[in-house]
Amino acid sequence: MLGILNGQVYDPLNGVDGEKRDIWIRDGRIVAPEEVECKGAEIVDATGLVVMPGGVDIHSHVVGAKVNAGRKFRPEDHRDHARARTSFSRSGSGYTVPTTHLTGYLYTEMGYTTVMEAATAPLVARHTHEELEDTPMLDMGAFITMGNNHFIMNCIRDGQPGKARDYVAWLLGATKGYAIKIVNPGGVENWKWGRNVGELDDEVIGFGVTPRQIITTLAWVNDELGLPHVPHIHGINLGQSGNARTTVETIEALEGRRAHFCHLQFLSYGGEPGKLPRSGAAGVARAVNEHPNVTVDVGQVVFGEATTMTSDGPLQYRLHQLTGHKWLNDDVEGETGGGVVPVLYKRQNLFNAMQWITGLELFLLVDDPWRVFLTTDHPNAGPFVHYPHVIQLLMDRDYRAEALEGIPPRARKGALLAELDREYSLYEIAIITRAGTARALGLKNKGHLGAGADADVTIYTPLDDREEMFARPRYVLKDGEIVVHDGQLVRERPGRTLYVAPPYDPGIEADLRAHFEACYTISFDNYPVAAEYLPRGEMIPCG
Amino acid sequence: MSPRMSAIRVIENVVCSFCGCLCDDIVVEVDDGRITRVRKVCANGRGLFTHYDPAPRRPTVDGREVAWEEAVAEAAQILDRADSPLIYGLSSTATEAQRKAVALADKLGAMIDTTSSVCHGPTSLAMQAVGEPTCTLGEVRNRADLLLFWGCNPAVSHIRHFARYSVTPKGTLTPKGRRDRTVVVVDVRPTASTRAADLFLQVQPGADFEVLATLRALLQGAEIEAETVGGVPTAQLQDLVERMRTCRFGVAFMGMGLTQSRGRDLNVSELFTLVAELNQYARFCVIPMRGHGNVAGADQVLTWQSGYPFAVSFARGYPRYGPGEFSTVDVLARGEADAALILASDPVAHFPSAAARQLEHIPTIVLDPMPTLTAQVARVVFPTACYGVDAAGTAYRMDGVPIRLRPVLPPARPTDVDVLERIIEAVTVGN
Repeated sequence: MLGILNGQVYDPLNGVDGEKRDIWIRDGRIVAPEEVECKGAEIVDATGLVVMPGGVDIHSHVVGAKVNAGRKFRPEDHRDHARARTSFSRSGSGYTVPTTHLTGYLYTEMGYTTVMEAATAPLVARHTHEELEDTPMLDMGAFITMGNNHFIMNCIRDGQPGKARDYVAWLLGATKGYAIKIVNPGGVENWKWGRNVGELDDEVIGFGVTPRQIITTLAWVNDELGLPHVPHIHGINLGQSGNARTTVETIEALEGRRAHFCHLQFLSYGGEPGKLPRSGAAGVARAVNEHPNVTVDVGQVVFGEATTMTSDGPLQYRLHQLTGHKWLNDDVEGETGGGVVPVLYKRQNLFNAMQWITGLELFLLVDDPWRVFLTTDHPNAGPFVHYPHVIQLLMDRDYRAEALEGIPPRARKGALLAELDREYSLYEIAIITRAGTARALGLKNKGHLGAGADADVTIYTPLDDREEMFARPRYVLKDGEIVVHDGQLVRERPGRTLYVAPPYDPGIEADLRAHFEACYTISFDNYPVAAEYLPRGEMIPCG
Repeated sequence: MSPRMSAIRVIENVVCSFCGCLCDDIVVEVDDGRITRVRKVCANGRGLFTHYDPAPRRPTVDGREVAWEEAVAEAAQILDRADSPLIYGLSSTATEAQRKAVALADKLGAMIDTTSSVCHGPTSLAMQAVGEPTCTLGEVRNRADLLLFWGCNPAVSHIRHFARYSVTPKGTLTPKGRRDRTVVVVDVRPTASTRAADLFLQVQPGADFEVLATLRALLQGAEIEAETVGGVPTAQLQDLVERMRTCRFGVAFMGMGLTQSRGRDLNVSELFTLVAELNQYARFCVIPMRGHGNVAGADQVLTWQSGYPFAVSFARGYPRYGPGEFSTVDVLARGEADAALILASDPVAHFPSAAARQLEHIPTIVLDPMPTLTAQVARVVFPTACYGVDAAGTAYRMDGVPIRLRPVLPPARPTDVDVLERIIEAVTVGN
């Protein structure tokens, strides 16, 4: 047994707001006060310290085919960011795209213990699971891209949503995935013709379906299957001027069904298509506030180096043409696509400055912290190691005002941000970094410190410098073991892979065999990821 | 004694891990613990199933058969004593073993390199310089109406590539198979593959870069005065540019004719840039023709564990990347390694003699299912199981698609993973 005594506890899921509490842990779980046996217990004295559940990241690109492609083609990213091995940990390298072991260490040293890989193409899900095995410390799940899947689009065209439901259930089981991911629905398929979609009712070439139908069908499927998370949506027109309009339309298109909209900053721009955008955060935040069925994460831009990587193939080509930077593309048969392009976010660049403003405005204009979460869409808007910096921007309006002063006047002109004096409290930070994300993910044992929760705990030294406070936790406990002390890793331990296995009608397999025969280059029997790829899997039940 | 029941087991959808095609439709018949028949497999892959004798063999030290523990202890001692050990090969074993090999290199502070450094290493350098627009082989099957094979000869090296993925299969947008596609081969001489081509462009040896640069210039509308470039009539190049510009979905496959001839990574960069530029007009992708069955996996594993795809040194305790500096041929030829562990590869058979000879002079450890020339000069030899035949594991196809290798025979030998794990435990450096 281990006790964390006298800390100021921030546990929003249990309504604890900075009160002094003791937390007791046995066998990797938080235990109820009546089960505590103090005798012989290991004690962590948290007097004067801030105690929170371990951080839960709802959206990050850290493992799998496109992340590794990003690592491979950016040696310049790694050269000055290497870490030596120790007697208990592996070496690694990388800043925007760190190696697997280093990713586990860096997240843990920042107090995060659960991270969701935001996009895995089904055909290469096995690769994701191999990297997960080599990513220590963290509990992780993978979202499976389905927004341009031929089988699903065929079901929609043929008016067979029930078949789509069974297919999605089969596919999540076959890939050992965690959630439905939708990326630029229809647009990635159209990119295989050199095109894109621009409106919710545009046609997907060769399928006669629309982005709207894809989104609403998968939202319906998600509810039917009772998946722990909701459909995780990267909408159409990402990065384009005027996309705030289609983002609001997409929120409305759900007609009340639940969904999560990721890295919304990239999808909240006003202005005319083709011209320099301005922030459209106000209108998008209003739509979010009016739709309690929706959660969002921000994807805050952090100035400096980043590596953009997404299944949104046409977007990445556009970014390559815009920047002239090297471009990876990977079209995946019958399922999805993707690309990787390095970028540098410059404070003095009007577009980048506007992106920075838009993200912060979203944080400050969405009223309910349970529905807006902290991400940098790592490594798209910046590396995850900068979360503490973003926390300081949210908690300290003077610091934020100073940062805004460094933005070119033309980008600042008329920006709402200057007028927003909201400051996040520690309680609210605990919501947007762990409690809210765990709840949105349907992870009942994460993001809180009540009895039965996984004993993932982060203990911070309270400092006015919030960046320093959140960058170097005093202690991090994973499954009840101290793994970080004074911001330094002190122990390596394996994490678990979180996955779902919803039931489906096995009758679908005959159709699937025929589909594989006609379209794939790998046989149906060799496609599913078997249990041996998840030596430490944890199935999260469907409701 | 009752007559033996004939219990022939027919196993379908077996993966052949010989080359980067990783054909996964092989049918293997097993009778009494032996492979008796292999169907659908090509002439290259057949040997993997029929030449491998799965009978357990003891490891050797200096040619003498010893117990496994003794061989592990000897290997560990060699590696512990070395100041500058080298781990090389990796491309014909499963990713599970490759992961252990990188972990061992990390623990030892060793150099680690794969056969990529003598085949598609320049392809990685080009990708790092200019990017790489690519796709999976199913996109080729279903969409591609223009195929360009440059400096590669799949009819010999990847025998079923044409039939399963590229030239003849029927796909969703290519219902007529071969008749829906135009096939162009570029090489320095006619080959077995040029017979499958609609167009053959014969380039002078060493002139690939000039020809590629000319294609890029023509695509941008430049007028070329020369009547021929690199031995190819300019009119023929203009015709090829028109075909590439106006196709629906083009795919370029490239091989060692580009990577290992004059210009190397610059040739590849020029092709990758051309392919990227073609996307202003049509969709166009490129797929490197990876040779060994899991050389693509070796790139992947080394990248996700170290950040770099080949030629990595852990000598300073953290990974450093150094093609030319830490690539094995260079390291051996300069005499910079004082011990070597060769995993699933036969460098003595393939390296320049100066590098190959060095492996005879330094203590060498070999893990391989097959007898090799390198094993003949090695101090310690571990005859391990063969992934996909009598061991399970993972391999990555040339397009990055990971596939499960399932064993068709019962396991009788230790795997590369088993042996590497025991060596990692036994070495004391890095504890």
